[in-house]
Amino acid sequence: MTISAPRRSLPRAVVVLLAFCLCTAALAATPQSDAAPPVPDTLQQRVVACTSCHGSQGEGSPDSLGGPRLAGKPAGYLLQQLAYFQSGQRQHAPMEYVVRQLSPAYLRQIAEYFAKQDVPYRKLAVPAVSEEIMRRGEELVLHGDPSRAVPACDSCHGARLTGFEPMMPGVLGLSYGYISQQLVSWRTHTRAAEGPYCMGVVANRMRESDINAVSAWLANQTPPVGMHPQPASARTEPLPGWCVMGSSGVTP
Amino acid sequence: MNSLRRWWWVLAMLAVVVAVWLALRPAGRLPASPGQRDADAAALKDLALIKRGAYLATIGDCAACHTARGGQPYAGGRLLATPFGDVPAPNITPDPATGIGQWRFDEFWRALHRGEGRQGEPLYPVFSYTSFTKVTRADALAIFAYLNSLRPVNQPDLPSGLDFPYNVRSGLVAWRALYFKPGVFKPDPAKTAEWNRGAYLVQGLGHCNECHTERDSLGGIKKDQHLSGGQIPALDWYAPDLSTQAGGGLAGWRAQDIVDLLKTGQSARGAAFGPMADVVRLSTQHLTDADLQAVATYLQSLPPRAAAAPAAPFARAASAEQGGKLYAQHCADCHGMDGNGVAAVYPPLNGNTSVTEPSGINAIRSVLLGGFAPATAGYPMPYSMPPFARQLSEAEIAALVTYIRQSWSNQADAVQPDEVRLYRHTPAD
Ligand code: HEC
Ligand code: HEC
Repeated sequence: MTISAPRRSLPRAVVVLLAFCLCTAALAATPQSDAAPPVPDTLQQRVVACTSCHGSQGEGSPDSLGGPRLAGKPAGYLLQQLAYFQSGQRQHAPMEYVVRQLSPAYLRQIAEYFAKQDVPYRKLAVPAVSEEIMRRGEELVLHGDPSRAVPACDSCHGARLTGFEPMMPGVLGLSYGYISQQLVSWRTHTRAAEGPYCMGVVANRMRESDINAVSAWLANQTPPVGMHPQPASARTEPLPGWCVMGSSGVTP
Repeated sequence: MNSLRRWWWVLAMLAVVVAVWLALRPAGRLPASPGQRDADAAALKDLALIKRGAYLATIGDCAACHTARGGQPYAGGRLLATPFGDVPAPNITPDPATGIGQWRFDEFWRALHRGEGRQGEPLYPVFSYTSFTKVTRADALAIFAYLNSLRPVNQPDLPSGLDFPYNVRSGLVAWRALYFKPGVFKPDPAKTAEWNRGAYLVQGLGHCNECHTERDSLGGIKKDQHLSGGQIPALDWYAPDLSTQAGGGLAGWRAQDIVDLLKTGQSARGAAFGPMADVVRLSTQHLTDADLQAVATYLQSLPPRAAAAPAAPFARAASAEQGGKLYAQHCADCHGMDGNGVAAVYPPLNGNTSVTEPSGINAIRSVLLGGFAPATAGYPMPYSMPPFARQLSEAEIAALVTYIRQSWSNQADAVQPDEVRLYRHTPAD
């Protein structure tokens, strides 16, 4: 335990020499059984705190109290959420604590890491709801509720509900508990964003009972095979003027 | 019954004395001489002074308290938790209406040095003037110049959340008589310049003692216990004793270990976490190498501590076997069966003061919360530890923490499941 943490910059010649020595030493060494394997110098190893709640590849925790899926979500969106947890605009104590010590540059790398993970979606448990409620959910997602000025969910999240790069998340593959919790958080302002933000408006225009309906319907859909957010260029409809998205996710 | 009545009398008399004193004392606004105004104005334009002030404000970690989470730097609004209630930190940007834009340097100096507000009112000691009083006038002027160079932010201060009777400022008069003596740091001519610089930084701007010392029930720092460790009120972490000599909390730490920890958040002896991770990230990682070395030199001169006589010969707790199994299953992959960790990646637990500190809080909360060491310029991508709050029961965490406190060279007291329950909540800020 004499080596200390900081990486000091060494002159290049020394580095080359050192690397050479280490290689020859490694070749010469006989396998040692009691030596612990070196700790992998990877992001995967660095983020074990995250994956202990979000699944080893960010596929989401099977129990609905655990962390939601991160794998394959747009990187800008993930980074924006991490920034919100840091600023307290999105409230969830364990998340706020775990990102507290991280720099913007490191958070960006972590967000990109999870965005890149490609893991199959698993079938989620859906609470038993009546067919009528399911129909109401489908109606809202595909057509909205013009009487309350609730736009259709797919008008922003994409016709296939898979979201767009770099900031718009998809809404499939999320558990019933997670979706309904988020809709409640927007209504209680524990998940807020800058300006007149999109989901704050949408969630507050919905009827309370509609939360149950959309959450159940969305959680009941099987995500398309190989689901990915669509490229930004695929968006045909512009976002409504009142829908202002955060900006820390896009600009480096 | 009788004695109770006598107490009321004493209290009433005291109240009268304080009231009379408050009415008669020569308090209030400081008169401004024209010469002083000119001096202030000149200082505020001096770019070199402003730059030095920025560095000093970083050492003082002023922004940590005077910035709300997600808010504008130095614009205040953060609630500082104390055992007596929350105190909001004020706006110290140069906004004339809501910040310190109208302050003269004399008034700023009086706040820092004597803990008195602009109207001469005593300030709550959550503003660490008990330490800042040691700051020299020249350094205070640099900080004042720096604060005045910031962009003014118009943000009114929040109302105080102190509970009665702590919200009555006159109560502070008694507190200050007990615990506060104004006085700039006096260099010790018998010591080296480096030692004196370290002592000045640690005792003054660095205000290390505000956390690393035990406080009594009135929130005062006990005399003659400087840097000897204590539980941080309202934050529920233990700030260890900082002596590196025999019996000290950092016994065996080399100067380099101290420098490494403060500069990078990592050292061969342990990593910074909890409130210390904040301090490293926001403040100490930005110190010059010379200043870090000075701090280390000073800490290395703190005296050895008398080891508390053990009540009974050391014996491992009955839960040792359960604790050992849990350790092998959940911790050994990273921290090693030998408890020595992995250099520059995972901190050692063997001989780690955060594991063996008297209260056991730090180890309990680290296991509950997991998390990252601070990301710093010297160590930008720290590794992390999973939180075990949801995975393990309180009894299991107690057995596990007891195991690491009593294994290898560690010989600390066992912790109980009740204590784990006590600290289960997660702090957000
Ligand atoms: C203690 C378990 C836990 C840990 C550790 C944890 N998370 Fe989370 N995370 C959650 C939960 C629960 C939520 C959902 C919060 C909510 O309901 O708003 C969440 C939400 C998120 C979200 C928002 C997802 C979305 O689709 O909006 C992101 C991004 C995220 N976590 C990333 C991380 C990263 C990166 C780490 C490691 C640095 C991490 N989490 C560590 C439990 C955890
Ligand atoms: C006006 C555009 C818009 C509409 C309409 C809209 N959303 Fe959203 N939604 C967003 C944006 C933008 C975000 C990202 C929010 C953020 O940055 O916090 C989002 C995020 C979400 C999330 C969070 C995803 C996650 O991983 O945490 C859910 C769930 C969601 N929306 C559900 C819905 C539902 C259900 C509807 C229909 C009732 C809907 N949205 C309609 C714009 C919209």
